[in-house]
Amino acid sequence: MAVRPGGPLGGDFSAGTLRILPLLVAVVVYGLLFGTLAAQKGLSPLETALMSAIVFAGASQFVAVEIWTSPPAVVLLGATALMVNLRHVLMGAALAPFLKGWSRGQVYGGLFFMADENWAFALQRSAKTPLTPGYYFGLALPLYAGWIACTTLGAIFGGFLQDPARYGLDFAFTAVFLTLLTGLWKGRRSFLPWGAAALAAVAGHLFLPGVWYIALGGLAGALVGALATPLPKPQEQADAA
Amino acid sequence: MQLDPLVFTAIAAMAVATYATRFFGYWLVRRTTVSGRLAGALEAVPGAVLTAIIAPMAFATGVAESGAALLTVLLASRLSLIPAVAGGCLAVVGLRLLLG
Repeated sequence: MAVRPGGPLGGDFSAGTLRILPLLVAVVVYGLLFGTLAAQKGLSPLETALMSAIVFAGASQFVAVEIWTSPPAVVLLGATALMVNLRHVLMGAALAPFLKGWSRGQVYGGLFFMADENWAFALQRSAKTPLTPGYYFGLALPLYAGWIACTTLGAIFGGFLQDPARYGLDFAFTAVFLTLLTGLWKGRRSFLPWGAAALAAVAGHLFLPGVWYIALGGLAGALVGALATPLPKPQEQADAA
Repeated sequence: MQLDPLVFTAIAAMAVATYATRFFGYWLVRRTTVSGRLAGALEAVPGAVLTAIIAPMAFATGVAESGAALLTVLLASRLSLIPAVAGGCLAVVGLRLLLG
């Protein structure tokens, strides 16, 4: 959808909002599902809303609820959120050159709202025209508000659901993550690190307590990802291959 | 409506960790360039973590779960999130019934 800034809905904020609007359909479903699963793990609607409001990162929230225990393992949850969201480091690095001219508050605030969807649209925009804070926040704020609203609704109504395994909901996390993984797949570049992660995780699941298998699998994948990357210097490239 | 102090602490820890990842790339690129093996490691981590989470369920729980996982991937590669997740959940219910 092409939106002309000078049109009847002129202004960069409206242009950003119109761009992100079709994606809100996915946010509704994804958010309701997350809220339902959070409620099943015993999180209250207020706690679910708080997590959506101050974490605002779908994949890591699903992971957190999946490994949620009562009482929660604070260090493990923080460390897992850090690992799941490491892609933000690369996303922020890609976005940084286009934030020139933004005030410090706009940059630090804008980075808080950086999610896959609005990041992709922001980069797409900046290829054609300078990225204004108005356009960026026009993308980000509807996504943010929609995510909080739908996850909270899911938590309110999901708490009433009895015996989630009857509907296969105990498999829902796995299905969501498999869907995310299908989108992240980059062929051979993904195969080795993900294979190492799967092997380490299955082994860790057998021999380690709790959910430490996730950290083990993540570390194995990072190590293989690093080793599978050829070094830039020509004389070392032969060794790395 | 309740807010447990330890739950609040856990959510706050997640929030701090997540904001750190959002800020760090911007901070880093203004000082140095992320490349080579560090970039390779960072790029591999999200997929590796997601794989690690699903691996015991997808590969080491049972035939029903592995079959449903395979079907979910097939659906996800052709359709969107909603039919893929719904199909996966239905498949696991059906396969568990069939396989006892």
